[in-house]
Amino acid sequence: MSVSAQAIRHEYLRHNKKFPHVWCPGCGNGIVMAALLRAVYRMELSKDEVVLASGIGCSGRMPTYLDFNTLHTTHGRALTYATGVKLANPALNVVAIMGDGDATAIGGNHFIHAARRNLNLTAIIINNSIYGMTGGQYSPTTPFGSTSTTSLYGHIEHAFSIAELAVTAGASFVARATVFHGELLDRLIEQAMEKRGFAVVEVISNCHVQYGRRNKLGNAVEMLQSFKENSVTVTRAAKLSAEELEGKTTVGVLTDREMPISTEEYQKVRQRASTTKGKV
Amino acid sequence: MMFNQESRRLLLQGNEAIAHGALAAGCRFFAGYPITPATEIAELMAAELPKVDGTFIQMEDEIASMAAIIGASLTGVKSMTATSGPGFSLMQENLGYACIAEVPCVVVNVMRGGPSTGLPTCPSQGDVQMARWGTHGDHPVIVLATSSVSDSFSITVKAFNLSEQYRVPVILLSDEVVAHTRECVQLPEQKTIRVVDRIRPSVPPDWYKPYEGDTRGVPHMAAFGDGYRHHVTGLVHDEYGFPTQRPSEVLQFQQRLTKKITRGFADIMITRGFMLEDAEVAVIAYGSVARSALKAVEDARKQGVKAGLLQLITLFPFPRSQVTPVLEQCRAVLVPEMNMGQISREVQRVNQNRCVVAKHNRIDGQFITPNEIHGHLIKL
Ligand SMILES: Cc1ncc(C[n+]2csc(CCOP(=O)(O)OP(=O)(O)O)c2C)c(N)n1
Ligand code: SF4
Repeated sequence: MSVSAQAIRHEYLRHNKKFPHVWCPGCGNGIVMAALLRAVYRMELSKDEVVLASGIGCSGRMPTYLDFNTLHTTHGRALTYATGVKLANPALNVVAIMGDGDATAIGGNHFIHAARRNLNLTAIIINNSIYGMTGGQYSPTTPFGSTSTTSLYGHIEHAFSIAELAVTAGASFVARATVFHGELLDRLIEQAMEKRGFAVVEVISNCHVQYGRRNKLGNAVEMLQSFKENSVTVTRAAKLSAEELEGKTTVGVLTDREMPISTEEYQKVRQRASTTKGKV
Repeated sequence: MMFNQESRRLLLQGNEAIAHGALAAGCRFFAGYPITPATEIAELMAAELPKVDGTFIQMEDEIASMAAIIGASLTGVKSMTATSGPGFSLMQENLGYACIAEVPCVVVNVMRGGPSTGLPTCPSQGDVQMARWGTHGDHPVIVLATSSVSDSFSITVKAFNLSEQYRVPVILLSDEVVAHTRECVQLPEQKTIRVVDRIRPSVPPDWYKPYEGDTRGVPHMAAFGDGYRHHVTGLVHDEYGFPTQRPSEVLQFQQRLTKKITRGFADIMITRGFMLEDAEVAVIAYGSVARSALKAVEDARKQGVKAGLLQLITLFPFPRSQVTPVLEQCRAVLVPEMNMGQISREVQRVNQNRCVVAKHNRIDGQFITPNEIHGHLIKL
């Protein structure tokens, strides 16, 4: 399979409409989108069986450009729409794409419940530490002490670790990569989509325009460089002390476990309801 | 297993009749969150849906419930949620999504006293204007009201049919009295029930324009997974479903949304007239209050007062064409409501000083009795 990356993108982008896209040059969203396309390509999924749902934000625009069944929902609710889609037609391969604010502020409750519920869904969260689309206000992942348009004098709240949150909430598969780690990202998204159960990939990404600039983190390339420098793999992290891990991003697979999947369990409910008096 | 093959006589409460109506209309997906006085709808759907290959899910809140039914409907499955005031408030944003993305679904609101937690176990009709205007922006929506257990069955079927036909969310308003009253009803045989399904595209996928209205202004609806890949968004979109801000496309889109309902007025506006032929005074009522009103009108007739009743099943679009003749014919009309006058203001709007419009409002959490209406009616 020596098809070029460009040919893969060409295959899955919508050509008929709506380019150029809305993203700033150098935005990490494009890297995540391309990784997703490569995963779909390698999995040999038909475009008809893929549903891509998003919320609102810069990341939320991704489905517009892709030739799948696409669903651009309301802010924070991508997973709830995706839940309806998946339950009503379990044959579809459903991916939800969300921003950090989308997934863990306004949609935080849905996120933990989706993890607990364990539908066979994939959630990709592009964590750029800021509200990109609305112009740089702090999000639940904005680091303590950093600057945003709503924390001009330094942010006083503490950030969520999205992947760890997903592990605690019960997700079957949880992984983290950054937009610097291209190959790892490809692999993790594919693994997540292959995973039978609720699978989360947190992608640390750059919003150099709204976040990097205000916090003097440099341009897109410089931000990616710092992602590289600040990351440690899960295996290496296991050998480091808490102090050594301070300020580091752990990348790789955090959790991969087998749990009953609710769409399959519901099939059993249907059988029980039809054969007995509805009781177990 | 087909649901309700045989015609059955059952002792049901209004909430149960709504669930039976939904199943008869082909509803196969329900998402909800428990709330008094609507919970029994979810409970019955949870018991029955798995038997007919359908799906029930209790979501984490009403925002999620509303979203899930939209998602399910996009795969071609008829879907419903049911709630009461506080939950209906939470549903508003996603209800707007169903309007703009034209996703058929039915939302039941069993009204209780408000605002806020209000009077959870008391009847009310306080959410009438909210049902019409609750979500932001100009938007088309259909609001129906049920007044009895048997109505709860048949109007739910109607709600699904209208929602499929016009690709709009249909809001079905019930109230605590209708919801919890038990009555003996004869459910019709399944084969006698008219069930309408959304029109699927007949063109090949390459030609499909997901948001191009047909002659009625209603786009044909492909299901996710059918091979008609398309984009669904809450942004204003062009005929292809892609976001647009071009004024001509925005205008065309907004007008189509409104016109598809306007064109269907004759079909959508449902009312029932009682003793109106020679009426000189009339009651205009809906929901459980319409039943008190009927008794009041009958009592007034016995005393020789030429009274009649116009019961509104459709509250929005407001059935002006049925209300106007009553206003032209009568000396006075009385609009009893368990709110401060949310429908009487609509009546006044279309009245244009033709006759006297009297209000009769109760907001103390108590039902409006036939006696009360009768007392007011004979003084008009
Ligand atoms: C209910 C609601 N509240 C607020 C907004 C405004 N809004 C749009 S995008 C956004 C935040 C986006 O940030 P994030 O989810 O992190 O995604 P990003 O833009 O960074 O990709 C907000 C607050 C909205 N669309 N809907
Ligand atoms: S504002 Fe930030 S997140 Fe949004 S497109 Fe620009 S760089 Fe990307």
